[in-house]
Amino acid sequence: MTTTSDIGADETPATTTRVVDKAQYGLAAFIVLVGGYVLVDASGLTKGFADQPVQPYAVPYVVGTITVLLGLALALATWRGDVPESEGGEDVDLTQSSDWVTVAKLVAVFVANLLLVDPLGWVVSGTILFAGAAWALGSRTPIKDVAIGLGLSLLTWYGFYVGLGLPIPAGILDGVL
Amino acid sequence: MDSLGLLADGLAGAATPQNLLYAVLGVLLGTLVGVLPGIGPAMTLALLFPITYAVPVDSALIMFAGIYYGGMYGGSTTSILLNTPGESSSVVTAIEGNKMAKAGRASQALATAAIGSFVAGTIATLLLVLLAPTVADVVVELGAPSYVALLAIALLAVSAALGSSKLRGFISLFLGLTIGLIGTSTGQARLTFGQPLLADGVDVVVVAVAIFAIGEALWVAAHLRRRPLEIIPVGQPWMSKKDWGRSWKPWLRGTAFGFPFGAMPAGGAEVPTFLSYLTERKLSKHPEEFGKGAIEGVAGPEAANNASAAGTLVPLLAIGIPTTATAAIILDAMRSYGIQPGPQLFENNGDLVWTLLASLFIANTLLLVLNLPLAPVWAKLLRIPRPYLYAGILFFAALGSYSVSFEAFDLLLLLLLGLLGLTMRRFAIPVLPLIVGVILGPDLEMKLTEALALSNGDVSTLWGEPVAVVAYTVAAIFLVFLGVNSLRRRRTQDEQKVEVDA
Repeated sequence: MTTTSDIGADETPATTTRVVDKAQYGLAAFIVLVGGYVLVDASGLTKGFADQPVQPYAVPYVVGTITVLLGLALALATWRGDVPESEGGEDVDLTQSSDWVTVAKLVAVFVANLLLVDPLGWVVSGTILFAGAAWALGSRTPIKDVAIGLGLSLLTWYGFYVGLGLPIPAGILDGVL
Repeated sequence: MDSLGLLADGLAGAATPQNLLYAVLGVLLGTLVGVLPGIGPAMTLALLFPITYAVPVDSALIMFAGIYYGGMYGGSTTSILLNTPGESSSVVTAIEGNKMAKAGRASQALATAAIGSFVAGTIATLLLVLLAPTVADVVVELGAPSYVALLAIALLAVSAALGSSKLRGFISLFLGLTIGLIGTSTGQARLTFGQPLLADGVDVVVVAVAIFAIGEALWVAAHLRRRPLEIIPVGQPWMSKKDWGRSWKPWLRGTAFGFPFGAMPAGGAEVPTFLSYLTERKLSKHPEEFGKGAIEGVAGPEAANNASAAGTLVPLLAIGIPTTATAAIILDAMRSYGIQPGPQLFENNGDLVWTLLASLFIANTLLLVLNLPLAPVWAKLLRIPRPYLYAGILFFAALGSYSVSFEAFDLLLLLLLGLLGLTMRRFAIPVLPLIVGVILGPDLEMKLTEALALSNGDVSTLWGEPVAVVAYTVAAIFLVFLGVNSLRRRRTQDEQKVEVDA
C-alpha cells in the first residue's frame, strides 16, 4: 500500500463507515495478472506475413493493456467502497453466509469425473458425477442417487449412439454396452 | 407483399411432420427450463448443442427457436407462483403477478401472461418478417470499415448499457476478448500455453456451458436455500370478460415497448418490461390495485418480454450480431452448420431463414395451445428436489462439453471456466459481455484485417464510410454521457455523505 492511500484512508473514516469487500482486491489482482500475461504472451509473437496489416500481436497488446487498467480501476473502486450486489435467484438465499464446503465437494466430484472419464468411460464416470454431486448437495439416499445416475448415463450413452450416431468412448464397459 | 409470399413458402417447409415434432419438443423443453429454477434458455441451448451434430439444420434451428420463445414464457410461471423470477426478463412480472396469485387470482395471471405472450409474439414476429430483409438489404451494401464500427458499438453497448456497474461490464467484456484471442487463427499461437488442444481456440459451447451451467450450479450450491419455497397451487388458467378488457391494451403497449428494445444492440428485455410496468401503472383506471395484484402489471411486461425476444432476431439474422446470451448461442449453432448469419443470409440461405421465421409463428401458437392446459403440471415441476436438479445440470454440462471432441481436456477447461463463472457471480460481474466478447472479438479482428488489407494499411479507411462515422459519433456521445452521469452520481453521493455527517 502506498502512502497516499494511507492518508486517504485516514481522512475518510470520520465521515462514513465504509465497507470494503477485501476479497475484491483478489479479483482485481487476478484481472491485472490476466492482462499482464496477455501482454507477455504478445511480446513473444513475431511479425506476421508482409501482407498482414494487423499484426498478430496488435490486438493482444490493446486487450492486455485495457485489461490491466480495468483491474487497477476495480482495485481503486474497491478502495472507494464499491461493494458488489450479488445475483439472486429462485434457489439462492443471500441472507446466509456462503457455503464454500459444498462448492469444494462439487469441484472434487467434478475433478474425479474428468480424471476417470478416460479410464472408466462416460457411463461409469457420469454415474459417479451425478450421485456424487447429489450427495454433496445434501441428498442422503445413495442407492437411489446411484440408480438415477446410472439410468441417466446409460440413457445419454445410447441416446448419443442411436439418436446422434456418436459413440461416446465406453471405457471399461467396452463390449458390454 | 413479397416477404409474405416467401413466408408462405417457409410455412410449407416448417409444417413437415418432422419439423413440427422438433417445434413441439423445443416449445416443451423451453417452457420446462423456463419454469425450472437455475436453468434459462441460453444454458439449455448450450447443453443441447450436441444435437447439431446429427439433426438437419432447419430442424435444429426450429427447435432452438421454440426453446427461446418457450423459455421467455416459462419464466412468467415461476415469477407468478414463486415470487422469485428465474430470468431477468420476468423480474417485473413478479411484482404484480405474485400478488395476484396470493389473492387467489393465479389462474388469471397465468392466462394473461400466456395470451399476452402469444399476441405480442405474433405481432413482433410479423414485424421481424417485414423488417429483417430490409435491414439486410441496407447492411449488405456496407464495407468492412462499417462492420468494424458496428461490431465495436455492439461490444460497447452490451458492456455498458446493462447492469448497474459499467466497470464490471467492461471487465467481463475484456475477459471474453482475452478468451477469444486463444488459438492460432493469425498464424501464430496466442495464449495456448504450448497446449496443442488449444490451437483451434476454446469452443464457444464450452465457454457458454461453463459460465452459465457450472458457474450457476456452483453459485447456487454456495447459497442453497435451506427452507422450501412457498409455491402457490394453481388450476386451469382462465380470464373473465373484465380481465380481457383490462389486458388487451397493455398487451399492445407492451409489444410496442418490447420489439424496438429487443432489436437494439444490448436492448434486452429488462428495460422494456420495466417501462411497460411504469406505463401501465400510470395509465391504469385502477391505480389503487398496483402493488396489490393489478392484471395490467402482468399483461404489459409479459407482452414486452416476448416481443423483445422476437426483436433480438433482427440484428442476429440481418447483421450477424447477437444482443442476448440466447441469441449468441443460436449464432454459434448456425456457424457450426457453416451458415453465417448476416446480410448474405437471406440470399444464400433464403429457404432456411423463411422456414425459421415461419416456425416462430408455429412455436408461438403451440405455446398457447400447450401451456394453458399444462400450467398445473409446470407448477408441480417447481417441487423437484434441488440436489437432483443441480446434479443433473452438472451432469449434462459435463456431457455437453465432453461430446464436443471426447477430450477430458475439455472437462478441465469447463471446470476452470466454471470457477470463473462462480467468481463472476460472487462479484456481480455480468456474464453476457463475456460470451459476446468471445464470439465477436475474433470477428472484429478479422474485419479489421479485411478493411486494412483493402486500404493497404491506411488507417483512415476505418472512418471512410458514412455508417462508420455515424456509429463512432453515437459511441462517442454515449461515452461522454456515461462519464458525465457517473461524475454526477459521485457528486450526489458525496453530498449525501456530508448530509449524513451533519
